[in-house]
Amino acid sequence: MTSTANDYQPSEVELARRAFRLERKRKSTWIAIASTLGFAVIVGFGLVSTPGWSRVTESFFNVEIGIEAFPRIIEGLWLNIRVLFFTSISVVIVGMLFALLRTLRNPVFFPLRLFAHGYVDFFRGLPLIITLYLVGFGIPGLRLEWLGRIPVEVLGTVALTLTYSAYVSEVFRAGIESIHPSQRLAARSLGLSYGKSMRLVVLPQAIRRVAPPLMNDFVALQKDVGLISVLGAIDAVRGAQIEVAKYANFTPYILSGILFVLLAIPTVRFTDRISRKLAQREQTGSAL
Amino acid sequence: MTEIDWSKPRLLARGIRKSFDDRVILDSVDLEVYPGQIVALIGSSGSGKSTLLRCLNLIEEINDGQIWLEGEDISAPGVDQDRIRQEVGLVFQSYNLFAHLSILDNITLALRHVQGKSKAEAEEIALQWLGRIGLADKAQSFPDKLSGGQQQRTAIVRAVALNPKLLLLDEVTSALDPELVGEVLDLIKDLKQSGTTIVMATHELSFARDVADWVIFLDKGLIAEEGEAAEFFRNPKQPRTKEFLARLTAR
Repeated sequence: MTSTANDYQPSEVELARRAFRLERKRKSTWIAIASTLGFAVIVGFGLVSTPGWSRVTESFFNVEIGIEAFPRIIEGLWLNIRVLFFTSISVVIVGMLFALLRTLRNPVFFPLRLFAHGYVDFFRGLPLIITLYLVGFGIPGLRLEWLGRIPVEVLGTVALTLTYSAYVSEVFRAGIESIHPSQRLAARSLGLSYGKSMRLVVLPQAIRRVAPPLMNDFVALQKDVGLISVLGAIDAVRGAQIEVAKYANFTPYILSGILFVLLAIPTVRFTDRISRKLAQREQTGSAL
Repeated sequence: MTEIDWSKPRLLARGIRKSFDDRVILDSVDLEVYPGQIVALIGSSGSGKSTLLRCLNLIEEINDGQIWLEGEDISAPGVDQDRIRQEVGLVFQSYNLFAHLSILDNITLALRHVQGKSKAEAEEIALQWLGRIGLADKAQSFPDKLSGGQQQRTAIVRAVALNPKLLLLDEVTSALDPELVGEVLDLIKDLKQSGTTIVMATHELSFARDVADWVIFLDKGLIAEEGEAAEFFRNPKQPRTKEFLARLTAR
């Protein structure tokens, strides 16, 4: 190359252009700041000026009660996080299993495919709360002596897995089917078996492609773990409920809600980052 | 054949520079294109041909230099880029037809939604063009039902139907099977007859010799040599040009 980036000096036209762009950017930044502030002031003022504002702050945002309730709620949240951990793992495994069953082509596997189909249809349709009741009260109701007494959080994990694996298996299946047949063809032409071409060629691309919707389901699961409280597990929601009953004040609910949001924020940010990275990878040339 | 109007350039570019991070793609490129002229850009891959075309269409922002279209500085930062892109058509190597639209709708899309023509008016223009390239019976077909040559001709028509002041063709025959190249080149010849102003990046040297008026050889982001087409191929002056031409004609 005759000149490198080092000995190049931008012309006056270019410098003027850069100055113009900088000025325009600065202007739009100021407009954004001003409009954000204006909006915040209007909303804030509108809320505070409502007639019931002082009573609402007293019964929903009472700091002392929040501090009192905090230990029980945080202890409950720890249960939610453990349930979330085990549920996520089992959802991925079961979901992937059903997705793979549904993509099998060989007629021999028809019964398996039918079973997978029925499973996905059933648990995607059944409201989560009914699944929770069915598993949480139905399984202990069978009085299986050899199982002993199953803790409610385990039953909750099972119920959540049933519902969420049905959703996630559809996400995986969509990903697998979105990979162009030519990829599988190329893999098979090299002598890779069905299983190996799936594992080494199709799935890595499919999973990358469905990562954003998968993370979306994970965020949904993060708050749905709070539903195990209906089985009597003392999680963050149930803990908050107990505190609400004790003080006749709604602040503990708000507090547990805030904790769930804080739990979700890192995941949401992480999802955004993955999506952005994927977009960059698949996009050639500049973004218009 | 329409005559070239030498009184003032349709497109004028001075000192075009484009770099990605530290990699300089175009160093300082000057370009003049006169109404009715066909300019061929040749050079090995990575020489900056495509980047230059993308800069002229304002799809890539240039890092220095200026571009004028009929005397208007289209590289000025305040300019309405969408308006300029209407005037400067760009056709891609891989056609880039809209897969969800029929051939007819591919052509009428910008006529209707950019130029604001009525559906009937836009379809009349599109069918006229499709008739001209012998694809009138394919109007309702979808792009994946057409051959590469048919798709590329549709893509060219999609661009020229807007009646642009300048048409940029980015290696439009490179993705085609050899026996389909001819039909696309015939369309370009036909456009030249009707006076379309064209800048084309190409590997088809014999076509460049026959149809182009002016040939530019880009090498490492610089114009290594340029000249009137017949003279350029008959009598290349730079060693780099000779080497490049020898390598391509030897195949």
